[in-house]
Amino acid sequence: MDPRNFTYMFYGFLAAWLILAAYVAALAGRERRLQRRLDSLKRLLEDKEKGAR
Amino acid sequence: MRGKTLIVLCGLAAALLARNLYVMLLELPDEAAQGPIFRIIFFHVPAAWTAFLAFLGAAGASLLYLLRKDLRYDAFAVALTEVGLAFAAANLATGMIWGRIIWGIWWTWDPRLTSMLVCWVLYAGYLTLRHAVEEPGQRARVAAVVSILACVDVPIVFFSIRWWRTQHPQPVVWGGGSMDPAYWNMLFLNWIPLLLLGAVLTALRMRQESWQREIEGLRRRAHAL
Repeated sequence: MDPRNFTYMFYGFLAAWLILAAYVAALAGRERRLQRRLDSLKRLLEDKEKGAR
Repeated sequence: MRGKTLIVLCGLAAALLARNLYVMLLELPDEAAQGPIFRIIFFHVPAAWTAFLAFLGAAGASLLYLLRKDLRYDAFAVALTEVGLAFAAANLATGMIWGRIIWGIWWTWDPRLTSMLVCWVLYAGYLTLRHAVEEPGQRARVAAVVSILACVDVPIVFFSIRWWRTQHPQPVVWGGGSMDPAYWNMLFLNWIPLLLLGAVLTALRMRQESWQREIEGLRRRAHAL
């Protein structure tokens, strides 16, 4: 049996979870970015509406 | 899905995963021919099932979008596709690591491996295409058609090991392969946390799509003022 058998099993587990963790991190980053954009647009609209009155 | 439900589902997935890792590493014996590396199957196969389910769900949601023109179906389709793509990547990576030890190579242009890679590329193309179309209605329509067409590859990947001579092991589910009941149970038990995680990620991604729509609406209002 290949002596790297056991080590590669862990590489396999690690690869699966690293990929999913990278996706979760990307998702979290996008969530923060969207939240910031949404807040700034809401503020901008409030300011514009106040200015229009 | 509400925030609390998502947290509960995440907790449940983590608990199940911890329990499964304990059983698969400390209780299940090594497979006689392959040794410890065999345990990769407990992530490799459920990751593929989760991806397939997500892609089929995305095709269903895309069809519903084309019939009802409701952007919520488009949001569901893109969320499922993205999550499915992550699981498909996990499936490909674990398969390559297993192949390196068992076959002595990282990759071979075998029908199963090739069709799965094509599947991944098709859905990556779907996501890229969405960035190329600005108008939301047109983007949803074009993406829905691509999603339905790409879905044709899912049964090809699934049945490739029956239709063609392949180096990939024979199917353990609904096919000629067989497996010890303890391994079999672990395969399904480990699918549960992956499904839960997939559901949570899909819900989070859908929420982002609704925010994106809100942002587009606010932008239009800001321009109009």
